[in-house]
Amino acid sequence: MDFGFILSSAAGEIFSPTTAAYALAALGLAVHFGYSGLLNFGQAGFMAVGAYGFAISTLSFGVPFFVGLLIAVVSSVLFALILGIPTLRLRADYLAIVTIAAAEIVRYVVTTNQLTAVTGSANGLAAFEGGFYGMNPFPEGSYFGMNNRDFFIRVIGWGLVVVCCVIVWLLMRSPWGRVLKGIREDENAVRSLGKNVYAYKMQALVIGGIVGALAGMVFTLPRGAVQPANYGTELTFFLWTCLLLGGMATVLGPVIGAMIFWVVLSLTQGILYGLIESGAVTWLTTVQAGQLRYILVGIALMLLMIFRPQGVFGNKKELAFA
Amino acid sequence: MGAIASAVVAILLVAAPASQATTPSPTQPPSNQQFQNSISGFLRDDTRAPLEGVKITAKSGDFTGTATSGANGSWRIGVPTQGTYEVELDESTLPEGIKLAEGQANPRSVTFSQTSNLSVIFAFGKGIVVQQQDFGQNLLNRLVAGLSFGLLLALASVGLSLIFGTTGLTNFAHGEMVTLGAVLVFACSAMNLPFWLAIILALLGGGLFGYAQDAGLWRPLRRRGTGLVPMMIVSIGLALAVRYIIQFYFGGATQQLPFAQSAEIQIGPVSISPNNLWSLVISAVVIVLIGIVLLKTRLGKATRAVADNPALAAASGIDVDSVIRIVWIVGGVLASLGGILWAYYRPGVTFDMGSQILLLIFAGVTLGGLGTVFGALIGSVIVGIFVELTTVVGLAADLKYVGALFIMIVVLLFRPQGILGRRERVG
Repeated sequence: MDFGFILSSAAGEIFSPTTAAYALAALGLAVHFGYSGLLNFGQAGFMAVGAYGFAISTLSFGVPFFVGLLIAVVSSVLFALILGIPTLRLRADYLAIVTIAAAEIVRYVVTTNQLTAVTGSANGLAAFEGGFYGMNPFPEGSYFGMNNRDFFIRVIGWGLVVVCCVIVWLLMRSPWGRVLKGIREDENAVRSLGKNVYAYKMQALVIGGIVGALAGMVFTLPRGAVQPANYGTELTFFLWTCLLLGGMATVLGPVIGAMIFWVVLSLTQGILYGLIESGAVTWLTTVQAGQLRYILVGIALMLLMIFRPQGVFGNKKELAFA
Repeated sequence: MGAIASAVVAILLVAAPASQATTPSPTQPPSNQQFQNSISGFLRDDTRAPLEGVKITAKSGDFTGTATSGANGSWRIGVPTQGTYEVELDESTLPEGIKLAEGQANPRSVTFSQTSNLSVIFAFGKGIVVQQQDFGQNLLNRLVAGLSFGLLLALASVGLSLIFGTTGLTNFAHGEMVTLGAVLVFACSAMNLPFWLAIILALLGGGLFGYAQDAGLWRPLRRRGTGLVPMMIVSIGLALAVRYIIQFYFGGATQQLPFAQSAEIQIGPVSISPNNLWSLVISAVVIVLIGIVLLKTRLGKATRAVADNPALAAASGIDVDSVIRIVWIVGGVLASLGGILWAYYRPGVTFDMGSQILLLIFAGVTLGGLGTVFGALIGSVIVGIFVELTTVVGLAADLKYVGALFIMIVVLLFRPQGILGRRERVG
């Protein structure tokens, strides 16, 4: 078994664009759940709206990159409004069911063969990243062992993570953020102080949704393709695992959580595959090893929630639930 | 009834060799790959005799898979992704004197809808033209199929709703309880146990899983005073873990239960497959039984009391913990039964079949009113019929779940407590 390779590929996950996308999406969830107490189980839907909003506007309408970006963000805002209007007045678990249903609706709609011309159906869309890489300021060459494209997407992805973290941090220490945390603790108390709870919740849903849409774009750009199968409910649950790993009511928690999530996944995959190849483990196939990792994710999510709901960095007093 | 019985016997005769031939035909010997999705069908001539040795090819992009029909006329091509394929029957391999019926496109383009198996029918013989169903006929057929689907959804939703009512838990792992039933039947049949025993063992397994969940996980959490939202997230973790544990042992492929292939039979104006008919009858009987138990027995009254107000129920001498335990066991058995019926309805067993309908179950429960058992029943039937009817009015088959989920969101907008729910529950 080549430990050097296993460790280096695990370390490579720390700053991979996918990790950046997970970190962003989990940060959006932190705004929703950690700070506002909104149970959003449809973050994959927000990511899909962002990714498809960008890809479709680029491919079908040929708009430049920044217009595509704007369309993606506006679509996610609309999506958040559509979700929020019926559910934000209701109990928390209604929002959970509606968001997960809405995310699935998005996935079904982009998968249907009726819209193949626009969405590419199950095969998805590709070749929309030209405008993005066209802006690459780095000349060709090797940057820390990466080519200029890989380096560019990492810089942009993690740059976005930093910018969003700073924005969320500033928002949450502002008076607006304090009201939001107040809503999380006791909605009625905040309402009795004359605040419009519904509007605050809606704003939080929209902001977290925009971050989710950006995450969807970061997720899809390095792949050069967007496929509906990537945006199933599992994605949302993995994001929740990242969020809960790091700590839900923290700014850096989701980021660190996403890093831990991917490093652990990469490590277990490397070690399991190595053991299978070396013949030390014969009761597993490589396919089963992949499934074993997701069994571990599920168990980790349960154990985290039961024994350390505040995550690695969280403060137990700042939980969105008693 | 005699017609049904004889049809069932006929199905048994046809399906018996088929069940042994369900292993995927070696479409890609070099890579020995088992694809999750497949295109399959039966080739029979106009006298319904099976056609053997006919070559069929499926193409999409640079993927090409071929299969040759077996002794019972069945063929199956594993394909890597669900999408659109061009399926071609090699007419030179047809037995002499057999020709494709008029109007049978060959090659033809076929497209997957929700399920991972796609059946393609080639009709043979002179003068046979594939029947074009008129609208009313189609509507009636879809209505009955929808009722059958709705009732099997109701089996799962009643359990989910009972659990929600008594413990407040929104159980995301309920889909895996559904999958477990079908997978257990498949496992038992694979061990050559008799079919009836396989069903009984699967139901017992479902009940045991429900009991184990309650005893090992949910009761300790309730004791600790864990909140409802953390419990909901724990159930998500459990769903992920169980789903991949099932895949770990079961694999990613679609498998068929015994007697899964069946021709449609005609009852009055409705044509329905015997499996769907059985499913409809079984779920209707079980649901009536549940209703009687809930309304007439002491246990039912106790359950409703706990669902209404656990503290008050405990104060009036009801053993809340034992009621909840029974609810979990019954919920597990019902989900298991629903899963078996769902495996016949789709048809096929996969590791994620339960999570595919989890949201429809939620939709049924929410539509009827969270926590109300009879609401869950009505809601599920509405969802089932709605899902089937949307294809009649022109919605594409691969969008049929969207309609049900959309209706759920719309209902929440105007009547959040659901059809039978009480306003105070919305909170």
